[in-house]
Amino acid sequence: MSSVTSDVMRPVRARVVSVVKETRDTFTLAVTPADGESWEAFQPGQFNMLYVFGVGELPISISGDPEERERLVYTVRSVGQATHALVSRRPGETIGVRGPFGAGWPLGAARGKDVLVVAGGIGLAPLRPLIYHVLRYRDDYVRLLVLYGARSPGDLLYRKQLAEWSRAPDTQVLVTVDYGGLSWRGHVGVVTTLLRHVRLHVGRTVAYICGPEVMMRYVIRLLEARGLAPTDIYLSMERNMKCGAGFCGHCQLGPYFVCKDGPVFSYQQMRPWLDRYEV
Amino acid sequence: MAEAPRARLHFTGRAGLAQLIAALAAAGYRVVGPRMRDYAIVYEEIENVAELPVGWTDQQEAGYYRLARNHKETFFDFNLGPQSWKKFLHPPSLRLLAAERSGDGFRLAEQDEPPTRYALLGVRACELAAIRVQDRVLLGDQYIEPHYQARRRNIFIVAVQCSRAAPTCFCASLGTGPRIEGGFDLALTELREGFLVQAGSGLGAAMLEKIEHSPASEQHCREAEQLIAAVEAQIVRRLDTRDIARRLYEAGEHPHWEVVARRCLACGNCTMVCPTCFCTTVEDTSNVRGDRAERWRRWDSCFTEAFSYIHGGSVRMSVKSRYRQWLTHKLAAWLDQFDMFGCVGCGRCIVWCPAKIDLTEEVKQLLAAPA
Amino acid sequence: MQATPLTEVLKEHPFLEGFKPEHIQKMAELALEVQFGRDQIIFREGQESGLFFLILSGRIALEVSAPGRILRVQTLGPGEELGWSSVLGEGGKHFQARSLETVRALAFEGSRLRQACDQDPSFGYALMRRLLKVVAERLQATRMQLLDVYAPRAAKLI
Repeated sequence: MSSVTSDVMRPVRARVVSVVKETRDTFTLAVTPADGESWEAFQPGQFNMLYVFGVGELPISISGDPEERERLVYTVRSVGQATHALVSRRPGETIGVRGPFGAGWPLGAARGKDVLVVAGGIGLAPLRPLIYHVLRYRDDYVRLLVLYGARSPGDLLYRKQLAEWSRAPDTQVLVTVDYGGLSWRGHVGVVTTLLRHVRLHVGRTVAYICGPEVMMRYVIRLLEARGLAPTDIYLSMERNMKCGAGFCGHCQLGPYFVCKDGPVFSYQQMRPWLDRYEV
Repeated sequence: MAEAPRARLHFTGRAGLAQLIAALAAAGYRVVGPRMRDYAIVYEEIENVAELPVGWTDQQEAGYYRLARNHKETFFDFNLGPQSWKKFLHPPSLRLLAAERSGDGFRLAEQDEPPTRYALLGVRACELAAIRVQDRVLLGDQYIEPHYQARRRNIFIVAVQCSRAAPTCFCASLGTGPRIEGGFDLALTELREGFLVQAGSGLGAAMLEKIEHSPASEQHCREAEQLIAAVEAQIVRRLDTRDIARRLYEAGEHPHWEVVARRCLACGNCTMVCPTCFCTTVEDTSNVRGDRAERWRRWDSCFTEAFSYIHGGSVRMSVKSRYRQWLTHKLAAWLDQFDMFGCVGCGRCIVWCPAKIDLTEEVKQLLAAPA
Repeated sequence: MQATPLTEVLKEHPFLEGFKPEHIQKMAELALEVQFGRDQIIFREGQESGLFFLILSGRIALEVSAPGRILRVQTLGPGEELGWSSVLGEGGKHFQARSLETVRALAFEGSRLRQACDQDPSFGYALMRRLLKVVAERLQATRMQLLDVYAPRAAKLI
């Protein structure tokens, strides 16, 4: 698909295989190559630029299993014209795919340690490939802790999988919502409140965080207070993208291009920038 | 002229320029160079020497640009206009792809034919540096920008040594001029009776053979050196670049940003005239029947509110944050990203700012202790 | 089976982390072991409940009713506190508290805690400092809830 020498701005055609409704406004699409080849392997945390004929392109994180080469999977929230067009595709229709782009989650950093995944809202989607990887190579890691928060019970993604994951060995999955109704008997409160309910082994834990920027800032502050080093914390950032390959200039955050230096950064890198407004 | 041994410098008479243009055209290049249009000197197609701004010079200051006659027969006695060579290498508007609806979705149309081969006539030292900067950004990083590459591969560069400096020039502070150092196929220095010529590549040497020339005399070389020394003495604006990246990052909350922001109109002129600014956006269009779509790339500016838009709002909402982004990118972040400054000291942003904002002045204020 | 003395239980509770032994002893003297079954209303909105709880096990939900719905705005679990406003002793509760499952807790009468603070200022200071921290954390979490970070469109700042 994309490499240093080929035309990184030209999409490859993909056929939509399935569109699954996750919540009232969020859908998961699976696509296969329309013209024969299988997909290039991707790293958990990377994204593709997805093209809808006549509408435009969007950067969407890959949220499927990294070892599955037949289908690429994306969980997309419909918030505007372009995302609406994307989630309205029917099986058999064609979209364009460019990439994969970006720096992914550093998986080796947590080898022999506890993996702490903290996700907010749609932020669980770019973390799911990481979770798949950890569960597949379970012996490389010690504990797996997944803390996930969403707005309300109706906005929770992958509920069945969350339950499955919680049954895996040495794995703890805690879920919370900002607002609950009477039928919700789980945690209610922002995702930072879940941190009180897990024991963290400082020096033996690597955190992977994805969600709204404000949420990530607060989570990181709490993790630092608990003793985690900035080099043991990774987060996925988001900015406006028009090309995905470092040419359009839109995704710059301080000295970084979120599309190629990120979207995954260590907190060590982001530290001088995260608390500054309007950068 | 790059300080070459006199043996490698040649001289051609005034007629040599016309011969050069003809030779370039005969070799299949479309020659583009300075021409007068709408009371400014811009870069357009040149078919003969009469189309150059013969006998014209310019007067430039912050927010000020005028042309005036110099009452001489010079071809290149002016500095920079509002356009830069990125007009040809990184065009303002470019079709990226065309697609058509077909039974099972859509098909992408084949790529367009290869682009025109341009010969750039009249590239100044700071502009050579700007091309080097865009080369680094668009060819020298993780991915290669294929449209820039296709255009860049096929050009012929005729550099011209500046014979004067505008008050807004500060190339010397960025080490990009006024002396031409390299990156050209041919370089010309306009003398009283002709041109000093130097070949900077095999392509240039071959083209040199097609025009009348003789070895440069000691007198010619002396004239050229005196000219360059005079230009260097004319440069008045300075930018202190020592440790500027770190200092600018640290000045992120300096109160002076608010002061500049009150003047800045966020009009984006600076980014349009800047020879290194490379930001673009994409536009997807389709025909009325909805069976054919095109995707176009256009120049964009970080000064627009939409530039940093995500999730129903822009990251950089205030003009202050956008001015800060542009200046910090040019003089600090670019260094981290590409190991070079994004600014080449050409001074165009100072000339074409309707609010007369002078980045050399603003930097001085931002690096000084707050009042 | 020997029951754990109250002081040992209190020592383990995060609320009392760092408290001096004599202050923990004071809390033990004022503590009452309580238990709630599933779906029990611990206090109602507006009720002048004078009790402050340290939760030992089980989960409690804070609920508020608005026309047409009942919203759960926060849950509290083992190691957390409920009813800090009782220690201040002013006004009725702003929310209803309901146990979502069997809950075991240590309850303290707000008025008796205030009395102990008056009698022993160093105990009072330690208790108030810790309460301030609890309230600060709740405020922070509530503000983040207000930001509604998962909303599909970011709110425009006025």
